Amino acid sequence: MKQFLLDGQPVPFADGQSILEAARQAGHYIPSLCWHKDFPAHGSCKLCIVKAAGRHVSACATPAREGWEVESNTPEMNGERRGLLQMLFVEGNHFCPSCEKSGSCELQALGYEYEMLTSRFRHFYPDRPVDASHPDVLLDFNRCIFCELCVRASRDVDGKSVFALTGRGIHKHLVVNAESGRLADTDFSKDDMAAHICPVGVILHKGPGFAVPIGERTYDTSSIRSLKLQEEDS
Amino acid sequence: MHTQPPIPGAALDGILQQHGHQPTELLQILIDTQALEGWLSPPTLSHIARALNLPRARVEGVAGFYSFLHTRPAGHYRVLFSDNITDRMLGNAELMDALCGKLWIEPGKLSEDGLVSIAATSCTGLCDQGPAMLVNGHAISQLSHRRINEIAELIRQQRPLELWPAEYFQIEDNIRRRDALLDLTMQPGEALAAAVARNRAGWLAEMQLSNLRGRGGAGFATAVKWASARNAPGEAKVIVCNADEGEPGTFKDRVLLNRFADLVFEGMTLAAWAVGATEGFLYLRGEYQYLRPQLKAVLARRRAAQLLGNGILGQAGFHFDIRIHLGAGAYVCGEESALIESLEGKRGTPRIRPPFPVTHGYLGRPTVVNNVETLAKTCLIALHGGEAFAATGTAQSAGTKLLSISGDCAAPGIYEYPFGVSIARVLEDCGASDTQAVQVGGASGMCLAAYEFQRRIAYEDVPTAGAFMIFDGTRDLFEVARSFVHFFAHESCGFCTPCRVGTALLKGFMDKLAAGHGAQADLADIDWLDRLLKNASHCGLGSAAPNPVIDTLQKFRPAYERRLVSLDFEPAFDLDAALAEARQLTARDDPGAHLKTHEEDAR
Repeated sequence: MKQFLLDGQPVPFADGQSILEAARQAGHYIPSLCWHKDFPAHGSCKLCIVKAAGRHVSACATPAREGWEVESNTPEMNGERRGLLQMLFVEGNHFCPSCEKSGSCELQALGYEYEMLTSRFRHFYPDRPVDASHPDVLLDFNRCIFCELCVRASRDVDGKSVFALTGRGIHKHLVVNAESGRLADTDFSKDDMAAHICPVGVILHKGPGFAVPIGERTYDTSSIRSLKLQEEDS
Repeated sequence: MHTQPPIPGAALDGILQQHGHQPTELLQILIDTQALEGWLSPPTLSHIARALNLPRARVEGVAGFYSFLHTRPAGHYRVLFSDNITDRMLGNAELMDALCGKLWIEPGKLSEDGLVSIAATSCTGLCDQGPAMLVNGHAISQLSHRRINEIAELIRQQRPLELWPAEYFQIEDNIRRRDALLDLTMQPGEALAAAVARNRAGWLAEMQLSNLRGRGGAGFATAVKWASARNAPGEAKVIVCNADEGEPGTFKDRVLLNRFADLVFEGMTLAAWAVGATEGFLYLRGEYQYLRPQLKAVLARRRAAQLLGNGILGQAGFHFDIRIHLGAGAYVCGEESALIESLEGKRGTPRIRPPFPVTHGYLGRPTVVNNVETLAKTCLIALHGGEAFAATGTAQSAGTKLLSISGDCAAPGIYEYPFGVSIARVLEDCGASDTQAVQVGGASGMCLAAYEFQRRIAYEDVPTAGAFMIFDGTRDLFEVARSFVHFFAHESCGFCTPCRVGTALLKGFMDKLAAGHGAQADLADIDWLDRLLKNASHCGLGSAAPNPVIDTLQKFRPAYERRLVSLDFEPAFDLDAALAEARQLTARDDPGAHLKTHEEDAR
């Protein structure tokens, strides 16, 4: 089988397989937020950035190549990842202590994983009103990181296209498929795949909240690194 | 009232009909619809979505992406001041303030009667005759206080745009130096006949001999691109002419399309002959929409002359036609895969590459995207042969290059030089003196200082898409870089994290320095952001965005350092400035309403 070197370790891969997939299959963690095993690579969050043959590439969107030397878990790459996480934190409004997703949020877990101790940059404090119109689901856009997983799941799996992005640059934002702009006026359902795919705390189910006590939440007991690698095994 | 859109009716349905209810035509439909109503109201977007059988959210997503599309009322007269650094140097800010003052409105806001809005826009490609503006998409150049006074009066009188003085809309070509291309006199079809006589393979071989490289800046070998598309599996191959000339300071394509449209269309047809393509698009930037009627007329004339359509020049099996697709204010669409997304009626987000457009382009079909100047140059190769073309210029840069010269010089305009010309020679020819720096290649290019003026325009030394902006000793290079940083932040598509957030952060740091709150720590952060943008961005926009800062920090560091108030850290937050809104609300501006003066008085 063909193989490449990831931080000096040989990683086997099949033709067409991305660096990220091959690495995770071989038990090496490369972080990601916008990547999902059920969808084609998106390549927008850039957390999976690695140096392959001296060039920076997205591990999720770059097919592995025989003999490549890939650097991932190095101070340089992890420093860039920490910077990208800081960027995601300052562009939105992320108040972890009051967020229901706290402890089970991938962005927060990666913040811990990559030892992000401060937000470093000036906060943007964008104005992003919440949408509580739907009977079953609350949308808190303040936490959106534009991974487009809900957009893709709703369009490609649910067949509804409930979500889309509009605006451009730093003003890019999520909208729903209704003239009123309200989720209640779409055909969204709490059973959609899109309702269960948000890696952060935008799409929240109403009803019981904060049900899991601190200490027992997803990333309280295991790191995101080991949980993502376990997913790969199952 | 001007802000009330008519209920979507017959006119809107006419537009939808005209575009065959094709989702790929969505952007064109939105542009045409806005021309009717002045903006795109929520019911209008819903109507279009239903008619095209698209999710409404997708239509809203596209409408929200392009700067020239308005999803909120924008007035009967929509005035956009071109805001390239060259416009700023010619005083566009004072002119904009004057017009706002005369019409009693604030920049970026709609007047209360819904009559007019005034805002700034990225470079409109009129740097040789600025300051410039767009009114409802129509370009007006050579703005002066007198012209601004007249425009204010015309708007107040609500005079229809068609009745404004014709000289306002006159755009000069300003061709100052001609060489092989601009000197060429050719009957339409002449180059094509020569290429057809060589047959398809022979013509492509001639292209290979010529060593022609892409004039859009990247310098990829044109014949290699053509051969890849020709060999790619798939029918109905596509030729796209990239006339989305958005790079600040570039305007050569404007002149080529205005004066030499036949060469451009003939070049596209030559590409189609080599590649075996059947469909062509001219992607025309929205700022140049005033050229569309005359370009359509040229296409019609070429169809009548059997230079487009079925059986071109009587060749069985040579079918090719060209359509014009209009952009709507998005620099990122100059990136070829973003351009293709836009052609498909989507948001202009660059695709993941590979696969490249030559194998998977427009609607997944093999697609060649070439610059306007590249295509025009192929006529020379068809007429005089590849070897003759390769013999000019330098070893790695065959042929000539059109430079768009603007800024501090006596004769701004278009200059055609063989590759290899030195910066000093160009400066001399255009009458520049006391030159401090030249920005070659636009905002994403290189900033050259005086000690580099012996360097040469060529892919192997100073590559360029054509922009050449000159700054004399009176200019502040920090402000030059800051204007380009603002440009990139405005034009970032927002797809990837480093570019979306990084360009906005960089803008914040530059503004902090400009406001007099800079510290050494900021320069370190700027350095770090520059590197991350370069390394981690999804496309060329993000990786080029820090170029102006990297160059000026290296070559004109004192312009930054004299702005620093501390060698350590200084917060960006200014408590006194934060009280501005309170002062405005209470109509107070006395010393007691200011923190600093208050404290100083107390001392």
